[in-house]
Parts: sequence; structure tokens; C-alpha cells
Amino acid sequence: MTMDFLDYAFMQRALLAAVLVGITAPAIGIYLVQRRQALLGDGIGHVAMTGVGLGFLLNTSPVWMATLISVVGAILMELIRWYGKTRGDIALAMLFYGGMAGGVMFINLAPGGSNANLTSYLFGSLSTVSESDVTAICLLAGFVVLVTVGLRRQLFAVSQDEEFARVTGLPVRALNLLTAITAAVTVTVAMRVVGLLLVSALMVVPVAAAQQLSRSFVATFAIAVAIGVTVTIGGTVTSYYQDVPPGATIVLLTIGAFLVLTAVAAPVARRRARAAAAARPAGDPAECAIPATRGAGDEVGV
Amino acid sequence: MIHPMISTEDDMAEPVISLRGVSAELGSRPVLRGIDLTVHRGEVVALLGANGSGKSTAIRTLIGQVPVSAGEIELFGTERARFRDWGRVGYVPQRTTAAGGVPATVTEIVASGRLSRARFGVLRKADHAAVRRALELVGMADRAKDSVNELSGGQHQRVLIARALAPEPELLIMDEPMAGVDLASQEVLARTLREQVAAGATVLLVLHELGPLEPLIDRAVVLRDGCVLHDGPPPKALGQHALPGHDHVHPHASADTEPVRTGLLS
Repeated sequence: MTMDFLDYAFMQRALLAAVLVGITAPAIGIYLVQRRQALLGDGIGHVAMTGVGLGFLLNTSPVWMATLISVVGAILMELIRWYGKTRGDIALAMLFYGGMAGGVMFINLAPGGSNANLTSYLFGSLSTVSESDVTAICLLAGFVVLVTVGLRRQLFAVSQDEEFARVTGLPVRALNLLTAITAAVTVTVAMRVVGLLLVSALMVVPVAAAQQLSRSFVATFAIAVAIGVTVTIGGTVTSYYQDVPPGATIVLLTIGAFLVLTAVAAPVARRRARAAAAARPAGDPAECAIPATRGAGDEVGV
Repeated sequence: MIHPMISTEDDMAEPVISLRGVSAELGSRPVLRGIDLTVHRGEVVALLGANGSGKSTAIRTLIGQVPVSAGEIELFGTERARFRDWGRVGYVPQRTTAAGGVPATVTEIVASGRLSRARFGVLRKADHAAVRRALELVGMADRAKDSVNELSGGQHQRVLIARALAPEPELLIMDEPMAGVDLASQEVLARTLREQVAAGATVLLVLHELGPLEPLIDRAVVLRDGCVLHDGPPPKALGQHALPGHDHVHPHASADTEPVRTGLLS
């Protein structure tokens, strides 16, 4: 196969955007999965639609406007989580659907605007990634990488056990807000390539797939990003040759990766169990992982 | 409390933990209704009471997880809101709060406990060494690279205690450290705690029953319906301690000092 798709400027832009999405979406997604807020990205995606609509209506860049609105939405969701008592889910639902309705409303109010303009933002599109979009995507992706890698220990601690994180003196609320804001930024990074409705899949599914193989957070992070980059490049190139929408292709490839890794994981786990059994002379292999029998062994070692 | 190992008068002057008239609500339900609790340096205090008596909430107000509606809280003589020296505090939450949705190794979990001593979240050589030491203290060094999901309840609890010990704290706050822990791990936990106390640590524990930690406890504070019902010698232990010849060797004392009867002192 020749690399003729690289001859086109729009494909170069699309591929660059795709790689950045493949890195950033799982990078922030892993913290969302860790704190059991896997669907936060989906909620932000809905809110971002209002931003896209406003961008058209005010004749400004939909990407930057979507960034602004989804950051505001993410902060609102985090505030609801703090102060919301019993009706938190209802408030979130209103935010989600209000965001979607706002998008449809604004885009239809915009001169010459219709739902058709919205479609490329909902499901992603290669040919429409413009020069200025690429600039915005690069800047925003840089921010996401800086936060998710630079603050990985702090974000890990807060996402793993918020109550404990307080006692390490971490600014828990600030870090929660930063996580939500970074997720919002990631949504707008991914919006042009994967689309708002499918972006959450790229935040969650690579992490779920990586978990099938990994035992540590660091390995899960690395494998998830590797899967993310692979499927976004694969999906973008496939979409060029087959004329299928990139967002849907990427998401289906990601789910395919999840299924393959799940199938591979069982034999890997079995091999690990055998290795563990070989390392420990006593007990039957299936029992070795069970700590009740390990307890006795520990006593001897201590 | 007077302990032979206490060094300066200054240490004595300020309690390590001080709650005065603390009230707190969860939703609209008052859970704490003006409790006083003071823990001095080197003391081991058990917070006892039935389910729903406010034990865990008292601990959570102390660390700032639950907001206080009235009263004052001080840690090491500093108002809680202004307290920054978290490396002096080790905290073991109830085990149920500490489960993330992504696999993590024993070392990764314990290393997060060292963040209070690390600047900007960067762990140096000394920090990694402290993490290893904490794992050795609870006898989990051989499981360092295993996922915490593969551990039993008791082993998981030992990991959480190692995480609390990683910053080498002076004060340990533990919420039901023995709940759902198998016998082997209970012994390891009791031994670890004994070593910490012998080295001069101050401990505040929420307990359902005194159990294997009983000999360590200097004082018990019993809560009922968000009020302090009893503050003094451990209630259950009284019978045993009253028996003739029951000499309680105080863990703070060095080997050559005379055994003291804690029940009377505290």
C-alpha cells in the first residue's frame, strides 16, 4: 500500500489531529474511569454542542467556543457533585440535554445555519479539519498532556481515594476541577475527528481494553494511549480509503481492540498463574492467588 | 498522660488532636452534637460506639472530608483549616473508600501516601526507600508489584496501613483498621501498630470492639448519638485490668522501665 494519502494537506491535518486525539482521550479518560465517572466525557460532549451552535451564531471559531462552553459545563458538573445532594443526577441530565438542545437551537438561529452544519461536529469529519482547527487542537492537546502526565501522581491519588488524598495535603477540589476542565478540553480536541457523540468511547474503551492485560496504573496508561493512537490512525486511514465516517470507524476499531485483548487476556492470566505457582512451592496454582493461603507463607517470611 | 519518652515541655503543652464542641450534619441529620476530644502526644486513643454513633464522622471532620457546623478543630496546635504539615499525619480510611476503577500495584498505592513529603509530586530516592520500608513493616514487600485487586481483605488493609506509614508520620488516624481482616493480617497489624507506638507515635483509632489491639489502648472515648458518653479507661478492659497480677507493660516505655498500670494513669 502506498502512502498516497499523505500527499493531501487535509489528510496531513486530519492525521495530526487523529494522533493527538489518540493520545489525549485515553490519557484523561483513565482518571475518569479510575474515579468511576466514565460517562463524564459523554456529558461534556453534549454541553459542547451549545458551544458549537454559539460559534456559528456569533460567527466565531466553533472549536474555541465549544472549549469555553464545555469548560463552563464541566465546572458546573463538578459544582453539582460538591453541593448537589439528592437531585444530582437530575441536575446533570438537565445540563446534558440542555446543552444538546442549546446547540440545535443556536445553529438554527445562525444565518444560513442548519442541523447539517452540526453533523460534522457530532460524528467527526476529515475533510473539514481546517488550518486554524489544527492550531487549536495542538495547543489544547499540549495542555492535556501537560496535566495528565505532569500531575499523574496527584491525579492518581485524588482519583483513587479522595478522602485519603486530603490527608496528603493535596488541593483535592482544585485537582477535581482540573480533571473536569481537562476532560472538557479533550472533548473539543477530539470533536473534529471523532465527533462529540463518540468522543467518550475513545476516553473509556482503550482504558477498559488496556486493563485486560495490565496490573499497574502506569502500564494501563501506556497501553491505553498506544491503543488510542493505533485506532485513531487506523480509523482515519480507513476512512480515507473506504469513504466511511472516521468517528464511527475509530470507535468500532477500539471496541474490536477491546474484544481481541479480552480474548488474549485469559491465556495470559493463566500463564501468569502458572508462573506464580512455580515460584511458590506449596499449594495448588488456583489457590496461590488467594491470600488466605498466602497468609501462612507470609508469617514464615516475616 | 505522662510518658517517659516525652522530651520537651513544649510537646506536652499542645495536644496533637483537639476537637472542641464539634457539631456536624450529614444532609439534614445531625451526626455530631458538640463533641470534645483531645489526644496528647504518645497516647493511643480508641473511639468506640455503635454503628451510626458518629465515630467515622468525627474522624472525617478531623481530616476535613466532612464540614463542621460548629466547634473548633486543631491538629498539632494549628487550626485545621490552616494546617499544612500533612506529612506528620498518616490516615487509614475505611477500606471501602479506597477502590479505583483502574488496576494499580501495591507500590503505586503506597507511593501515593508519600506525596505529603514530596514537593510537586516528585518522588526522590529517599521517598522510594520510605515506600519500601513501609511495605516491609506490614510484611507486604514481596507483593510490591502485584495488583491490589488480587489481594485479600486483610492484605489490602495492610497495604492501606503501609500507605499511611509511608510519610513516616507522628500521628496515625485509623478508621476501623481491623474490620474484615483475617487473623494472620490482624496479628501483623497489631504488631505494626505496637512498633509505631513504641517509637512514639500518637494514635487515634475508630474501633468496633477493642479486640487484639486492646493492650495498646490508653484511653477510650465512647460516642452515642453524636455525644461523648465516656472518656477514660477502655471500658471492656476494666475487668481484666482489675485482676491481680495483670501488669500492663506500657508500650511507650523502654524495656528497663517499670511496668505501669495504664488504667489508673489515664
